[in-house]
Amino acid sequence: MENIKKTEIAEVYSSKNIAPDIYDIELISPEIASVSLPGQFVEIYPDNGVNILPRPISICEINKERGSLRIVFQKVGAGTTLFSRLKEKDTVRLMGPCGNGYPLSLCKDKHTLLVGGGIGVPPLLEAAKNIEGKKTIVLGYRTSPFLCEEFKKYGDVHVCTDDGSVGFHGNTVAFLEEKNIKGDIILSCGPKIMLKFLSEFAEKNNIDCYVSMEERMACGIGACVGCVVQVYENGEKTYKKVCKDGPVFNSKEVVWQ
Amino acid sequence: MNTKVNICSVELKNPVMTASGTFGSGREFSEFTDLNKLGAVVVKGVAAKPWQGNPPPRIAEVYGGMLNSVGLQNPGADYFIKNDIPFLRQFDTKIVVNICGHSEQEYIDVTEKLRGADVDLLELNISCPNVSEGGMSFGTDPKVAEKVVKAVKKRADKPLIVKLSPNVTDITEIARAAVSGGADALSLINTLTGMKIDVKRRKSVLYRKIGGMSGPAVKPVALAMVYKVCKAVDVPVIGMGGISNAEDALEFIMAGATAVSIGTANFTDPGAAEKVAEGIKKYMSHEGINDLSEIRGIID
Repeated sequence: MENIKKTEIAEVYSSKNIAPDIYDIELISPEIASVSLPGQFVEIYPDNGVNILPRPISICEINKERGSLRIVFQKVGAGTTLFSRLKEKDTVRLMGPCGNGYPLSLCKDKHTLLVGGGIGVPPLLEAAKNIEGKKTIVLGYRTSPFLCEEFKKYGDVHVCTDDGSVGFHGNTVAFLEEKNIKGDIILSCGPKIMLKFLSEFAEKNNIDCYVSMEERMACGIGACVGCVVQVYENGEKTYKKVCKDGPVFNSKEVVWQ
Repeated sequence: MNTKVNICSVELKNPVMTASGTFGSGREFSEFTDLNKLGAVVVKGVAAKPWQGNPPPRIAEVYGGMLNSVGLQNPGADYFIKNDIPFLRQFDTKIVVNICGHSEQEYIDVTEKLRGADVDLLELNISCPNVSEGGMSFGTDPKVAEKVVKAVKKRADKPLIVKLSPNVTDITEIARAAVSGGADALSLINTLTGMKIDVKRRKSVLYRKIGGMSGPAVKPVALAMVYKVCKAVDVPVIGMGGISNAEDALEFIMAGATAVSIGTANFTDPGAAEKVAEGIKKYMSHEGINDLSEIRGIID
């Protein structure tokens, strides 16, 4: 993984608002796209003089032919509000690819459960595309689903909403429990509370489970030690960096609070 | 044209260093920047034994800057000596080790562990606001500061830089105390204590509530402190605090700094330090300056 991260000025290929506060942007970034893997993320710089830190945004799709990365993100703060206004042909500065992706080689010839919650759904799309074997895809949202149709090419898709407006009424873990769906391996991304329950579900059913974690981040390359998550290492509690050691961790490694 | 600067008989090829804690031990940044182009790499704080650091969240962004509450997480001096020094020695740059402790004894322990280590300068961190024992508590009382500087200086086999906290009534008082304790140079400023509250969640953003503020927003505060300290003491001063470009760096040099450190700007652009070094060179050649001494401390 050494010496492949780059900074690059990317041009916006397309930009869409696909659900309330959810934006879908394709960025022409050939150098970064050529070495990106499913589950990795990019740091995007606001470059406005006020918001000095880059924003970590997961990679939703990688198009090596076009040399582009697709990002799907939620407008939550100053940085993502700026990015939500990006239009075709605008440019933005990126750094990446950051972190380690999903362990796709472990999914070969297995039954993989892909479980996403809210804005944790996007990085699973590129993963789903690249996994060989049986896939069950469970996507949870508060109220407004997005990207679900695109997952249908890659496996059985089940949608859950907290308010029951679409699909199963309840969260993704409740769905797995109720339908008694079990697989051999879980790849997931979503709110910490969902990942925690999913981790318990996996442990109970003896399924390998990988979770993509999030934490407030600065450098994105492992130098500042800002974005840590507490893990067990040799039986002791310690901190690992989301940006460099993660963002994907084995759920058994994480100290869930 | 001569961009070299001299800090306690250690010659830096240019005045640009990296601020401790923002650059790891250079390894991560070496993917983006040529370490050979930097005057020195100041590594992240090293303690005698590994430190865990604080629980997350450790980072918050604020207007024109950021807060951190890392708490000096580090793998300890043995790891540093074995892994980081050989890595950094591959490059033609000077190595400055930032040392930290919870007590005077721990500062002494790490200094002794580093005796004989292949580094160029030591930087004594008595100014970190993110640890409850040690850190800033040693750097806010002149008597305590002088005592710990003296204890470390006695055991140090390299010139000693003392890094000062801005969270004091009069920074020149601490500066003088550090020098009378034996500091060969001073570096300032460390971060300013700061806080951010998430009003929707009604919770502080940082787990530890109060952290250290850095970034472009603190630059005028840092510059004034560097200016005052340069007037107050005769040892070389390394200026830092919100430096993002060559112009910022030149301000510190004109205020009297011998060298400068690039900190938070490394997060805004991983190539920032190298760009500052290039920019200073460009300015010198454009303005017909042969040596930085021609403009150093030019503000009377």
